[in-house]
Amino acid sequence: MDRAEQQGAAAADATATRRQLDIRDHVEPADYQTIGTPFVDDAKMTARNVNVFYGEKQAITNISLDIGRNEVIAMIGPSGCGKSTFLRTLNRMNDIIPICRVEGEFALDGEDIYGGDQDTVLLRARVGMVFQKPNPFPKSIYENVAYGPRIHGLAHNKAEMDEIVEDSLRRASLFNEVKDQLDKPGTGLSGGQQQRLCIARAIAVSPEVILMDEPCSALDPIATARIEELIDELRENYTIAIVTHSMQQAARVSQRTAYFHMGKLIEVGDTKQIFTMPRHELTENYITGRFG
Amino acid sequence: MDTTTVFLALLLLTVASFFMGRKRSHAVAAGQGGARALHSLPKHYGYMAALWALLPAMAVLVLWLVFENGILARMVVGDLPATVQEMSPSEQGLYFNQVVSYARGATDASMLDAAQIRAAEHYSALVSSSRLIKALLVLLVALCGAILALRRIRPALRARNHVESILKWILFSCSFLAVLTTLGIVLSVLFEAIRFFQTIPVVDFLFGLEWSPQMAIRADQVAASGSFGFVPLFVGTLLISAVAMIIAVPVGLMSAIYLSEYASRGFRSVTKPVLEILAGVPTVVYGFFAALTVAPFIRTLGESLGLHVASESALAAGLVMGIMIIPFVMSLSDDIINAVPDTLREASLGMGATMNETIRKVLLPAALPGIVGGILLAVSRAIGETMIVVMAAGLSAKLTINPLEAVTTITVQIVTLLVGDQEFDSPKTLAAFALGLVLFFVTLLLNVIALYVVRKYREQYE
Repeated sequence: MDRAEQQGAAAADATATRRQLDIRDHVEPADYQTIGTPFVDDAKMTARNVNVFYGEKQAITNISLDIGRNEVIAMIGPSGCGKSTFLRTLNRMNDIIPICRVEGEFALDGEDIYGGDQDTVLLRARVGMVFQKPNPFPKSIYENVAYGPRIHGLAHNKAEMDEIVEDSLRRASLFNEVKDQLDKPGTGLSGGQQQRLCIARAIAVSPEVILMDEPCSALDPIATARIEELIDELRENYTIAIVTHSMQQAARVSQRTAYFHMGKLIEVGDTKQIFTMPRHELTENYITGRFG
Repeated sequence: MDTTTVFLALLLLTVASFFMGRKRSHAVAAGQGGARALHSLPKHYGYMAALWALLPAMAVLVLWLVFENGILARMVVGDLPATVQEMSPSEQGLYFNQVVSYARGATDASMLDAAQIRAAEHYSALVSSSRLIKALLVLLVALCGAILALRRIRPALRARNHVESILKWILFSCSFLAVLTTLGIVLSVLFEAIRFFQTIPVVDFLFGLEWSPQMAIRADQVAASGSFGFVPLFVGTLLISAVAMIIAVPVGLMSAIYLSEYASRGFRSVTKPVLEILAGVPTVVYGFFAALTVAPFIRTLGESLGLHVASESALAAGLVMGIMIIPFVMSLSDDIINAVPDTLREASLGMGATMNETIRKVLLPAALPGIVGGILLAVSRAIGETMIVVMAAGLSAKLTINPLEAVTTITVQIVTLLVGDQEFDSPKTLAAFALGLVLFFVTLLLNVIALYVVRKYREQYE
């Protein structure tokens, strides 16, 4: 073997190793087909042929997905796969990013949410959001929860507001811990309590859908367990879409799971099926921990 | 050798010690496994030797320069005849100054008596020997320091720690110097102010309602006896500052909100630097803008409305001062609003709040402490501003809160009191120090309040 050949062989070897480890080598074509069941009969929200661009860069390619009524749908996938971006298109949070451009059809209860007459203010009141990092306002616990009802004029007097605040805190299973310190700053709570406060704040405006963007990634395991219990309880009244990096969490809280990969929706199905019998090679690689 | 040469020689010696120290560290480590056996890097040994050469010698040099003149004068005056010894200190100083200027060749012998000429020769001899001793002593100390440091170099010597602790002390002494200077200024103002208060009672100064500092210097002069009531100046200062803040705070704050929340990145990147240029315009330029453009405009405008407006009005000065402060308020507020975490914006917008609600109910409350701090800093600036007021608001110390009349401020009066020929023991001149002292306390108070506000509410959103 001469020298050039040796080098070539070594390079080929290296590529082969990388192909096993590096997810980015595995590219689906632009006209790929999502495997599984992206569509459901009783859909709360629908998204069709969604493309999202940040400037020139395409972040999401041709995704169609339904979110069923009163279900918890988990969105999983490696970092940068577009799951958070997709989540944020559902209440138009991407609108506040100047370079972001969204294409596709979105509907909430059959109503177009990107239509000209749709007001983002009303949409976001119906589709609430909980963020990755607990982000309570630097106000009192009471004022944090009362913020939404106040801007939407949901309470007509103090008594009604008190009721909304107490009810929201109870549903977020935080009331008993904070009932004596409602006038203390929300930022003084522990991380887990802060996140439950944010959930209480989100449900105070009685949304129909709650979007959760990695709500437990900044929390310890005990706080995480409480949030997960809470998500299970909230499912009775709300539709929930949750982005998570933890596959155990997806398995524990969700009924359906969607696997995203490099801006594409690879596979959707019952959570149980996705975690026990994934059909796509990429899904299998991800959930068995071969990359991610 | 004069001081510059000594200093250059000292620097040379310092640099040489650095290289010798480094070389020596290699040498002592050679027998024990090379540079790895050293506790610190070779350069630290070099720095150590250099610092030891430089610092003690510098201290000697500085002390020598500080005390040289005093000691020489003592020695020369001590040898002068008894008639001189009996003179008063100020006469003695004058007498000695003639000696010194003759010794330096600045005056000729015709003005001096024989004793002075002898003294001058004595003085010249002392000066030249002082120079020689100084040069030798400084270089000797430097050499001793360097040799001492070089001899101490061992692989186990903690040169790095040594050098870093010396550096720490150098930094400390620099900051100490800054504090000391401030203290010196305050004390000198304080002592002069106390002299002023010996002639004019404090109560008359602080609560007097009339300010006319003209005093008769000679008995036959026809002049006001001088009244030093501080109140009209203070009210004038507050009036002009208030007008300025009424302009600067809303405009500055709102442009900051626009820039940080609404403006596109391109617009912001052009506008902010342009507005910051506005802050760099010298205040004297604002001053003649105020005096020549704004004040006449306001007067004509006022007259067309049937109002009497002085041609130099508090309104004109305050207006232009406000324009001057806008970029200051804007830039500070913009930085502070930008520092509010994006997560709070998202939280509010995600609840269905509008941009406006988000700004009013979340961003401004979160940024408030910083904004208040910035505004108080701007107030300190307005109170301290002089040039615009000198040119646009006039000098008449009228006690009024009508912004259409001419008023004057504390800083303007300090300027007028100290411009021109002065006697440094008349109350008129000393009044400037009393005003300075009050001004110092007012701005200090504002800064303390600003710091308190900022500290109390800081980190709320972290």
